[in-house]
Amino acid sequence: MNDLDEAKIKELELKANDIRESIIMMLLRAGSGHTAGPLGMADIFTALYFHILKHDPKNPEWPERDRLILSNGHICPVLYATLAHAGYFSLEELKTLRQFGSRLQGHPHRDFLPILETSSGPLGEGLAQAVGMALAERINSGRSSQKFFYALLSDGELDEGSSWEAAMLAGKEKLHNLIAIVDRNNIQIDGFTEDVMPLDDLRAKWQAWNWHVLEIDGHSFEEIIGAVNQAKDIFEKPSVIIAHTIPGKGVKEFERKFEWHGKPPNAAEAKMALAELRTLGGKIKSEHQ
Amino acid sequence: MINPNAKLNPKMFDKGVLEAPIRRGFGEGLVVAGERDENVVGLCADLTESAQMLPFKQKFPGRYIEVGVAEQNLAGVASGMAAMGKIPFIASYAMFSPGRNWEHIRTTICYNNQPVKIVGSHAGVSVGPDGGTHQAIEDIALTRVLPRMVVISPCDAIEAKKATIAAAKTNTPVYIRLAREKTPIMTTEDAGAGSASGTKDGADRGTNHGNGQISGTPFEIGKAAVFFQPIAGKADVGIIATGALLYKALKVANDLEKEKIGVTVINLSTIKPLDERAIVRLAQEAGAIVTVEEHQIAGGMGSAVAECLAKFAPVPIEFIGVKDQFGQSGTPEELIEHYGMGESHIRAAVKKVLARKRR
Repeated sequence: MNDLDEAKIKELELKANDIRESIIMMLLRAGSGHTAGPLGMADIFTALYFHILKHDPKNPEWPERDRLILSNGHICPVLYATLAHAGYFSLEELKTLRQFGSRLQGHPHRDFLPILETSSGPLGEGLAQAVGMALAERINSGRSSQKFFYALLSDGELDEGSSWEAAMLAGKEKLHNLIAIVDRNNIQIDGFTEDVMPLDDLRAKWQAWNWHVLEIDGHSFEEIIGAVNQAKDIFEKPSVIIAHTIPGKGVKEFERKFEWHGKPPNAAEAKMALAELRTLGGKIKSEHQ
Repeated sequence: MINPNAKLNPKMFDKGVLEAPIRRGFGEGLVVAGERDENVVGLCADLTESAQMLPFKQKFPGRYIEVGVAEQNLAGVASGMAAMGKIPFIASYAMFSPGRNWEHIRTTICYNNQPVKIVGSHAGVSVGPDGGTHQAIEDIALTRVLPRMVVISPCDAIEAKKATIAAAKTNTPVYIRLAREKTPIMTTEDAGAGSASGTKDGADRGTNHGNGQISGTPFEIGKAAVFFQPIAGKADVGIIATGALLYKALKVANDLEKEKIGVTVINLSTIKPLDERAIVRLAQEAGAIVTVEEHQIAGGMGSAVAECLAKFAPVPIEFIGVKDQFGQSGTPEELIEHYGMGESHIRAAVKKVLARKRR
């Protein structure tokens, strides 16, 4: 990507850092919710909404927009925070996460927040919907469609057989405009994925269903954006980007600990986390100057 | 007597009544729906011919998706297609869709508010020799409990065709329940609609009203219809039936007429939303109700009727249906008899509910 210069990368890094701060504040206020996944996916969400996706916050129903389908709905704090930072709604509204009557339901629900492409939470269902959308697009616009469908999946949800039902169909149908991004953070509720239910060789599994597989550092904007660009160039297959991420990324005390999958920080932990993120933000600013 | 306004098959009670599988009406209706709206798409899970999607596949190959033996995916993919403006019909055996994939239907279709049409073929014990694993007798309960879901259980192939065409025009999720075996044709098609009974002898056609217009049995989603009523005066008992068993209920009512027992029979093809007005009116008139369905009594159509009547018009009710059991192999007739859903059982239920009413 020509425009991916150092200044742009710095801008994205700072944006991701702001989004992480918002996530911590939302979870503290909500008093429940998931911490590790949202922090780990902040860089990918930032890359998508601030560089990759064709979208318009002022016209959320723009028919030509790319579609982002979040399958593992429990990481919605990162989706909500990114949407707010992108201008879909106010940062103030983030404080309502998980409250009665809030548009920001504990797991995403289109009834409450219609700008969402789908409601989600129960695992193993997002890829099928993305496959259906891409199939409909092919019927509408033929095989040269340049509208892209991004399915965001967790690694843990690949335990669900239905994920692989969808993967099989996408491979059969050679859905070139379908790009799955797997958050390979190696944790799930009960522990490390390879202890709970081994997924490796994950690359071989996707390849077996006729997917083009890319494997990246999910915290490197150059790699995230580069992988998406490559995926867009692959015509005869759907692509999957296995993004290796660090759960809890950005806050050392949370990183790589599966205990942080499903709980929010308390006041002291949040204070510590925000201080750490602010320091990190300052460092990003000075490093690139 | 047969309600003349229902424009039913006049040869309904004759020997050798015309028969057709209810599922065939869906297959024909889907082609019509596909002709009328290019957004109609069909998805199937390795049961194209059996679930009657072959005519649609042949006519619209580009709008037909084969997902393989994967009913969970069937639901999710259809939801995604609906999100892009398609009107997806998904067909399988009722035991697998909405049976196997129920939570996918709940979340990706109903909770997500996507207007997918779920077509469950081979419902009821009358599936026959395949045995209990393949006989869905829980599907009405599974679907009517879901917010936004419309539940339709057509009584014959012609009504199934009309229900399919009507479902394509709705903007909600719809469940259409179908049966495998040939069952009697009770209703009539509109002229020029082609015959869902698979014959051309006109026996299933409506009456000519003198102006050259031939119109068939009215069908509207959400409307119950009186198919049989006493020759004169009030009904002594009301029968509310859904699906192919409606025919047995009509025969019982016809026989009881000779015994001077006045029976009104309602075809309740839409189970949700429930036509409460028609049900309450019947209960208030007759003072006793028998419900008839090829489904578990628990949670089925009879339960829906009872929920309504307990609230608005409490009267004695007898329930014909499967009593907390699984099905097994046999001929459809053997199984209907074994599980207490035959004509003799309906007749006994009428007598019983009349006795309870007089107590």
